[in-house]
Amino acid sequence: MKLQISNGRVIDPASTLDSHLDIFIDDGKIVAISENHEGFVADQTIDATGLIVCPGLVDLCARLREPGQEHTATIDSETRAAVKGGITSLCVPPNTAPIIDSPAVVELIEDRAKKAGRTMVYTIGALTQKLEGELLSEMMALKEAGCIGISNGLSPIKNSLVLRRAMEYAATLDFTLFINAADPWLQSQGCIHEGTVSARLGLGGIPEAAETIAVSRDLLLIEQTGVRAHFHNLSTAKAVDMIQDAQRRGLSVTADVSAHHLHLSEHDIGNYDSLSHVIPPLRSTRDRDQLQQGLRDGVIGAICSNHQPLDNDAKQGPFAQTKPGISGLETLLPLTMKLVDDGEISLKQAIANLTCNPAEILNIDAGHLSVGSAADICIINPNAHNECQPQHFISAGKNSPFAGWLFNHEVSHTLFNGKLVYQK
Amino acid sequence: MTNNQLTDSGHLRHFLTIEGLKRPLLTEIMDRAEQFSSITNRQVKKVPLLRGKTIMNLFFENSTRTRTTFELAAKRLSADVMNLNISTSATSKGESLLDTLHNLEAMHTDMFVVRHSQSGAAEFIAQHVAPHVSVINAGDGCHAHPTQAMLDMFTIRRHKQHFPDLRVAIIGDILHSRVARSQIQALSTLGVGEIRVIGPKTLLPSDCQTLGVHVYHDIDEGLRDVDVIITLRLQNERMQGALLPSAREYFQCFGLTEEKLQLAKPDAIVMHPGPINRGVEIASTVADGPQSVILEQVTHGIAIRMAVMSMALGSQSELAEGSTP
Repeated sequence: MKLQISNGRVIDPASTLDSHLDIFIDDGKIVAISENHEGFVADQTIDATGLIVCPGLVDLCARLREPGQEHTATIDSETRAAVKGGITSLCVPPNTAPIIDSPAVVELIEDRAKKAGRTMVYTIGALTQKLEGELLSEMMALKEAGCIGISNGLSPIKNSLVLRRAMEYAATLDFTLFINAADPWLQSQGCIHEGTVSARLGLGGIPEAAETIAVSRDLLLIEQTGVRAHFHNLSTAKAVDMIQDAQRRGLSVTADVSAHHLHLSEHDIGNYDSLSHVIPPLRSTRDRDQLQQGLRDGVIGAICSNHQPLDNDAKQGPFAQTKPGISGLETLLPLTMKLVDDGEISLKQAIANLTCNPAEILNIDAGHLSVGSAADICIINPNAHNECQPQHFISAGKNSPFAGWLFNHEVSHTLFNGKLVYQK
Repeated sequence: MTNNQLTDSGHLRHFLTIEGLKRPLLTEIMDRAEQFSSITNRQVKKVPLLRGKTIMNLFFENSTRTRTTFELAAKRLSADVMNLNISTSATSKGESLLDTLHNLEAMHTDMFVVRHSQSGAAEFIAQHVAPHVSVINAGDGCHAHPTQAMLDMFTIRRHKQHFPDLRVAIIGDILHSRVARSQIQALSTLGVGEIRVIGPKTLLPSDCQTLGVHVYHDIDEGLRDVDVIITLRLQNERMQGALLPSAREYFQCFGLTEEKLQLAKPDAIVMHPGPINRGVEIASTVADGPQSVILEQVTHGIAIRMAVMSMALGSQSELAEGSTP
């Protein structure tokens, strides 16, 4: 199968390429990126006139709910949603049921993903057995089974000694540690940011220190153990400062932020809008602005979907009793591009935050366009003028607070291994 | 924020929170309560205003005084009233809040009076009831208790003429108090000169001043020259979770004693939403003393609730009859 993508504006931040070229694909691989390719006769041509052609997106954090909660969503349903969002590689955190703490679960997920055949699904293994924060998981076995990193998911490790040992062991295996930084005690009483909105609504607050105390402890142990670490889903301005400081001191530390934290603040909760219930919570507008600044400064390298599909019932009820989470796969690209429209970041940076940067954090061969590599490609229509309609999401989770938002960018085609897996 | 408490013509449809309501409406509630309160002093205490209407008291959380005054208010307006203690019924069988609600709605209820332990519960219910049903918030979590706030305003108005001249102090657990949040909003809307809150940092919300109050941690300073003192109930469970060391120490620091009361203006009134913990937030001698209006508050509760119920169900008939007055 020979495929040609013609007349598109090809943007590949990894190679600083930005020009109108054709991409020639043969047998799932890119064979040329040029104006023409001698002797190439395409079986299929995609006319990308007026469109942006970039690497398939790499999402560092998406929950697919399988295994364990197939009534909410499945690998099949969510990989469909992923490719609608232009995503061709994604990482699942370990808190499935059963938890990803044995090679069998890794294999199960990889099998289902292969069967779906639309996007690469990488697993992040459990750092401790059952994520209980007490006993180390068999990290070597998990690494050999294919886990791309290790994490304790949303269950923070309370015992600093266990965390130190786990970091040392992960460092021994050259495993990247993924961290959701949260102090369990400061977080436990609340459901939204502790600030003006929690004061007004009478909802339990999660103070900024719930994140900063954890980031601070973890950074000190990272420095001591030498583990390579990545912080998921930063929410506070102070945490960005702390990571920046650590990076300046030469620590091997990276960070991402969810697309929704770059756009929303505590005020979007309005009158108990459970769709904006998310952990870590949406914080002050200043925090949101500093997260954007962290992107510009390169402290935060990647934007992720932090996809958490939920069924309708999970969002029905008094705010604190609803489940936190946003269905984010299908808004990752348009929300990131909205930052470009708003003048917050450049187009090149936006694409880098979604492609080569997260690929580099994962140390995988993805997120770039180069001859000889797999043709994972996202084609974007920059003049779509779409209204976001979560009820029409492909994801089984329609839980998005972005209903009614106007987006200029939408994915028009997604290619995975040279195969057209999504077309608008 | 859209105000779904009001009909298109600006009348009360639900009564969920004081926030977003304008001064004339709060005044109207008090004026109407004033009329009703003369009725409650008569031999025959009933008026036929809500005859044929069905009101459900939905209490997901225990309450004696609030439920009783709502029930009395409904009966004095000639409505049919049902009391449902949900904490001991449906939800314990695993029925969801919405299912419970829709079942009760199917029984042709005109109004729900709701108390729930979760902030935002009344708002949630109001969003999901049929258009002809009114919802009155009888207390949701730590968020709002608007009828309590209005009966407090009514009580203040009975004793003090002009709200802008007043200095009001609220003492105690503001953080967990729906009463305090609604009082602060009502006092601000009515233009009270100064609102103070007094308490330890553990019992005040962070960013408390954004509610429009002056914050005091020293009761002596906070009570100086105030016209109205509102003490809040201290829940016993506050000793858990390291919010306070002991009831004894709380009383020493923030309890309203006769000695502390001297710091306020000589004609200051003392209020409490009840039930009182004697010797914890207030000394018996103050609670039972000449400046206390605590029992008056309870009496006024009936008139205020009659006012709110009749106004909300009045708007419902306005909705039903279209534009004809």
